[in-house]
Amino acid sequence: MNDKNIMESHMGTTAIKISARDVQVYYGDNHAIKDVSIDIEDKTVTAFIGPSGCGKSTFLRCLNRMNDTIDICKVTGSIRIDDEDIYDRRVDPVQLRAKVGMVFQKPNPFPKSIYDNVAYGPRIHGLAQNKADLDDIVERALRRGAIWNEVKDRLQSPGIGLSGGQQQRLCIARAVATEPEVLLMDEPCSALDPIATAQVEELIDELRQSFSVVIVTHSMQQAARVSQKTAFFHLGNMVEYGETGQIFTTPQDPRTESYITGRIG
Amino acid sequence: MSTTSLLVIAILILATLGYFLASKRAISTAGGDRRKLHSLPVYYGSNAAMFTAIPALGVLLIWLLAQPMLVERNVLSTIPDKLITEGSSIGLVMSDVRRVADGLEVVVSTGTLSQNETLKLDTEQTDIRALLAGVGAAVGSDVLPEMLEVAQNYRAQTKMGQLWMVLSIAPLALIGFALSVLAAKPTFRARNTVERGILALLVLAASLAILTTICIVFSMLFESINFFKLHPWTDFFFGGSWAPNFRGDSDLSILPLLWGTIYISIIALIVAVPVGLFAAIYLSEYAGPRVRAFAKPLLEILAGIPTIVYGLFALVTVGPALVRVFGRGEEGLLGVEWMSGATAVLTAGLVMGIMLIPFVSSLSDDIINAVPQSLRDGSLGLGATPSETIRQVVLPAALPGIVGAVLLAASRAIGETMIVVLGAGAIAKFSANPLEAMTTITTRIVSQLTGDTDFASPETLVAFALGLTLFVLTLGLNVIALYIVRKYREQYD
Ligand SMILES: Nc1ncnc2c1ncn2[C@@H]1O[C@H](COP(=O)(O)OP(=O)(O)O)[C@@H](O)[C@H]1O
Ligand SMILES: [Mg+2]
Repeated sequence: MNDKNIMESHMGTTAIKISARDVQVYYGDNHAIKDVSIDIEDKTVTAFIGPSGCGKSTFLRCLNRMNDTIDICKVTGSIRIDDEDIYDRRVDPVQLRAKVGMVFQKPNPFPKSIYDNVAYGPRIHGLAQNKADLDDIVERALRRGAIWNEVKDRLQSPGIGLSGGQQQRLCIARAVATEPEVLLMDEPCSALDPIATAQVEELIDELRQSFSVVIVTHSMQQAARVSQKTAFFHLGNMVEYGETGQIFTTPQDPRTESYITGRIG
Repeated sequence: MSTTSLLVIAILILATLGYFLASKRAISTAGGDRRKLHSLPVYYGSNAAMFTAIPALGVLLIWLLAQPMLVERNVLSTIPDKLITEGSSIGLVMSDVRRVADGLEVVVSTGTLSQNETLKLDTEQTDIRALLAGVGAAVGSDVLPEMLEVAQNYRAQTKMGQLWMVLSIAPLALIGFALSVLAAKPTFRARNTVERGILALLVLAASLAILTTICIVFSMLFESINFFKLHPWTDFFFGGSWAPNFRGDSDLSILPLLWGTIYISIIALIVAVPVGLFAAIYLSEYAGPRVRAFAKPLLEILAGIPTIVYGLFALVTVGPALVRVFGRGEEGLLGVEWMSGATAVLTAGLVMGIMLIPFVSSLSDDIINAVPQSLRDGSLGLGATPSETIRQVVLPAALPGIVGAVLLAASRAIGETMIVVLGAGAIAKFSANPLEAMTTITTRIVSQLTGDTDFASPETLVAFALGLTLFVLTLGLNVIALYIVRKYREQYD
């Protein structure tokens, strides 16, 4: 698997989708992200790993400005997506979030029907011309979320009624439906059982065809299975970033090595 | 000092003594080694105090409640017919007897006469009325010899009762004291006993609250039944007019009052629900921590203003202001003559709505806050604006809870009294015009029960039937509301 990843990323495009420079994040006095610079490639799965509390989620939330919703959070430095500074004052964070979708740790379907959950984003952004168009978008999103076959007969039943794994795939479909360019996933499998996890991981691998995917995970096996690039975070610093295979086989930094051999966690 | 208070003090002293003796004894039987005791010495002491005081005080309480009733029943049968004059009743005579007997006790305690002298009193030689007046006990008429005899009988029985009370309660306290002090040994599980005692105390408090509620309902129920014996229930529930007439033959229908109540409540809700809900949305979704820290307590203070103050506000500010707009013909703001007086459905409804705003907003705020943050994040993460998120995700998720809050507010509006007494007027009628004075169930209860009342006439008793109907209405609303709110809470727990 690792060999295949390395091969693929060598062959694949290396277009840079997101480029972050000297990013600092403060929660009040707590300096949560220190000097992080990273280039995230398009059509690639990038994994953020590291011990809990090291700032993985915080950094991920910088990429679609979800940190704006936290009053005490302050972000400095530059983050450019497609060479456009997303913290520029002319950028509308609401518009940005349509372009940079997000899937959360806990499945969070809205208290609406399955159909309305998926149609939520397209409706807000006016992506559909008419009802037939919307039906089409919903179906395509559910298919890409690998859940169409399970729900096609009960699109009008509530999303809450699905199992945990189905709910998470519904949330992925919901994020995909707004046609984002980047998909951020914060520990998307941590609330799921192994079978549901395997389904979601398979799905992530397929999503790579169309998006740049950034996934936070606390499971190193998962990072190894789904990602081509891996970044290791420790105490707010990004310690090491490189090909997934290389990070797991020949880490350069002693802290990375301790972490992946299970000495810090 | 009276026998009862002496007895109580004695019991408390004994309990304190038991506390110290038992804890001492527990330590000494353990050979001075606290670790051998099952419980801390404090528990042995508390156990002894508990067993000394609580049974004795409990029996004392029951005795104090029961004795006057028993004595009165005995004495009642000895009252000669001669004492029951025209226009009086046996109940009135009995209360005179009580006043004379109690007065004589005061005479003894102030030292004017000795106990024996009061027993030998004679209406021929002493003016007992004057004697009693001298110690501040007023009796309505001259004391007749028969009256004095009955009163002396009453005193004798009371004395006897008190003697028995001391004779039965003192040993009870002593037995509790002795047993619990003797039980203070290392093997005795005093801690568990005290725990059970505390449990019993808590259960007692809880059941008292429930019992009084039940008693209130039953007393309302009995008076209502009395009312329905005197007045046809069909008129009460289905009649069309409210015209009480203290000379009898009144129309006492609840419907016009119910109409006024509901009309005013609806206006109040039309004011309170949108404003309260928007305030809650602003506070929970938009306001920064500093605004919230300032505005939330402020709203809660508003909720604590006594309703009579709102009533005054209706009377002196809102009512006249409305008249300036809708009344006074050419001089008014609109140049119309629609409103003649300050009291009107609209006045009361507006002010009641203002009163309910903090209530609705603080309940809704709690409910909106209970909607998980993950739903908001999910919506914002899809590129929705905050207001889209609120309209399409937060409010639908919170809707059942908000409906519950509105029902609770409605039940408060229906039961509200002071604002409508001052702001709504006193005319019972069916009208759709909000600028007219109308009246509500609560105001009519107040007016039927104030002033000279005769608790045997339907015009007075109707208040209880009105109260009971109101109670059933608000209880029903509350039950539905709490059910909905609870259902909603479960959804996210
Ligand atoms: N909403 C917040 N408010 C204040 N501090 C936060 C908040 N979220 C995270 N932090 C702090 O930022 C640091 C990084 O947290 P986080 O990004 O959640 O770590 P991770 O996802 O790697 O476990 C932690 O010290 C945490 O306490
Ligand atoms: Mg995290």
